[in-house]
Amino acid sequence: MSTPQPQTHQQAAPAPNWQSAPGTSYTSPIPVTRTHLGHALTSEWTKIKSVRSTMWTLGVFLLLVVGIGLLVAAQTNDNDYADVPYTIPAFFGLILGQICLITLGVLVVSSEYGTGMIRTTFTASPQRHRVLTAKLLIFFVVAFVVSALAIGFVGLVTSGMHGGASDNEWGGTVLKGALYVSLLGVLALAVGSMLRHSAGAITAMLGLVLVPAILPAFLMMSESLRTVGDKMMDYNAPNALAKIFEIDSENGGGTSQLVLLIGVTAAAIAGAYVLLERRDV
Amino acid sequence: MIEVEGLTKRYGEKMAVNQLTFAVRPGIVTGFLGPNGAGKSTTMRMMLGLDRPTAGDVRIDGQHYDRLKDPLTYIGALLDAKAMHGGRSAFNHLLCLAQSNGIPRGRVHEVLDTVGLTAVAKKKAKGFSLGMGQRLGIAGALLGDPRILMFDEPVNGLDPEGIHWIRNLMKSLAAQGRTVFVSSHLMSEMALTADHLVVIGQGRLLADTSMADFIRENSRSYVRIRSPQRELLLDVLHRAGIVVVETGGGTLEVDGHRPEDIGELAAQHRIVLHELSPQQASLEEAFMQLTAESVEYHAHSGAPLGAAPPPLPGDRPGPPTPGPQVPGPQWGDDWKKG
Ligand SMILES: Nc1ncnc2c1ncn2[C@@H]1O[C@H](COP(=O)(O)OP(=O)(O)O)[C@@H](O)[C@H]1O
Ligand SMILES: [Mg+2]
Repeated sequence: MSTPQPQTHQQAAPAPNWQSAPGTSYTSPIPVTRTHLGHALTSEWTKIKSVRSTMWTLGVFLLLVVGIGLLVAAQTNDNDYADVPYTIPAFFGLILGQICLITLGVLVVSSEYGTGMIRTTFTASPQRHRVLTAKLLIFFVVAFVVSALAIGFVGLVTSGMHGGASDNEWGGTVLKGALYVSLLGVLALAVGSMLRHSAGAITAMLGLVLVPAILPAFLMMSESLRTVGDKMMDYNAPNALAKIFEIDSENGGGTSQLVLLIGVTAAAIAGAYVLLERRDV
Repeated sequence: MIEVEGLTKRYGEKMAVNQLTFAVRPGIVTGFLGPNGAGKSTTMRMMLGLDRPTAGDVRIDGQHYDRLKDPLTYIGALLDAKAMHGGRSAFNHLLCLAQSNGIPRGRVHEVLDTVGLTAVAKKKAKGFSLGMGQRLGIAGALLGDPRILMFDEPVNGLDPEGIHWIRNLMKSLAAQGRTVFVSSHLMSEMALTADHLVVIGQGRLLADTSMADFIRENSRSYVRIRSPQRELLLDVLHRAGIVVVETGGGTLEVDGHRPEDIGELAAQHRIVLHELSPQQASLEEAFMQLTAESVEYHAHSGAPLGAAPPPLPGDRPGPPTPGPQVPGPQWGDDWKKG
């Protein structure tokens, strides 16, 4: 591609103060705006929707949750829903789909470090905490809305296919399930902001999700580590989702797992804010 | 107006910027000159609040950068042409920057037009050539119509047409009364664009002077002499109290004397001369000499700055002189790196 010729514009560009003597200061005709969080939110919204990788990861997420969900719904009988909510087919897609939200959460911030965009961003918005706040809010809302729509859609279709089979209230599972996976994404965003490296942060997050799900099998072999193994078994991410979708109907529908995730996420966010202000970009 | 005071940055053991104090005034182009690794980019990052200074302070019109309520209308900066997400279109890249500062969307079209990228506004930045990336970066710097502009090595890697365009742009921006601060490692580039010079080497301030003064003080003129009777000539010149520098290939150099005087002196002693020519050291050489001195001063601290000018490294024929060499790390070490 040839470089466009800007010369013509160059000659037209100079404003009336073209003639002003050197030494005098320039004043712009553009009205000055005091920037606030609202500006950062609009900017981050433009950023997240203007790269294709966002659309891809969200598209794959929808495909997994809705696709697998409808497949499961089609393969099951009415009496499978005797004790469980209609949203249960969404659970299987979410186990895989949560990886998409983790990836997207990491990329929202680490791609800026990877490309060098972060310097441009922080030059335009030197209040770094405001940028991180905007990223967290925009990502959370996007992830929550998309996952709630996906789970809700699966629940709606399933209830249509297997009408009257279940009397479990399923509205709550939509909100809790969406909250759980979006918080995982928010945690990934905070980890991405601390590690500043896409592959590293995604690996760390996958470890956080998968290791506690696999490790208990080994820990159970040792008597002394059995209690640790039990806790891991109880609180790992796939099991938390299973509880939220009432597969294992004891112990209050995953509320304590949700509380743990909120706590971990809050701690990671706090760490991200502290490091953000301290470090060089 | 940018005021830098006692600015210092240490990376582990490495002093990247060391006690820099200078001011960048409005209405002129201030050149920020130094060999590679001198600390120019680090200084600029600290000016923009990206790197935290180890010590010292930077103020933009009296304020810290991160206190600015409308940063883009204050400063526009181009640090690195690649500092953007390649997957985003030129338009969206500028739009998200504009939105973060409440700058109207129409301004994005204006700056795209100014830098000549309107035709590729919808194209992704990763497909851009270096020159186009540079233009997009400059469009971002111009978005807020700022009173201060900062460019880090803007002509690096550009074709002659792009270089020409950037030079004119910087001059016109300064002529509008804006503060323009531009870095380079090439004296020749600065000589063409800058009105004022801030020279650093090894993170230290070496000169803060107007371009005109720098040229006046640093364009050393000397006389180059070659003779088959070199020993005799040296003797004669020495007795006349004329200081001679021996350079490679049997060539002699004399500072501060007219060729006429030396020619007549040689004739009196019936010495044959093969060459007697007045020479003008280039600004590039003057700059090298300045940075070489900083290394010398650095190597044995306590020696008076610029006591004896080290031999000028240049494009002379023949082997290098075994004369008084600069000890320790050479200025060229940093120069060649990066
Ligand atoms: N982030 C960093 N970590 C460690 N050393 C650095 C860092 N940035 C710059 N340096 C070092 O600081 C010195 C100044 O670098 P820089 O400011 O890039 O110089 P310039 O822009 O003048 O070429 C160099 O020796 C460089 O290696
Ligand atoms: Mg540099």
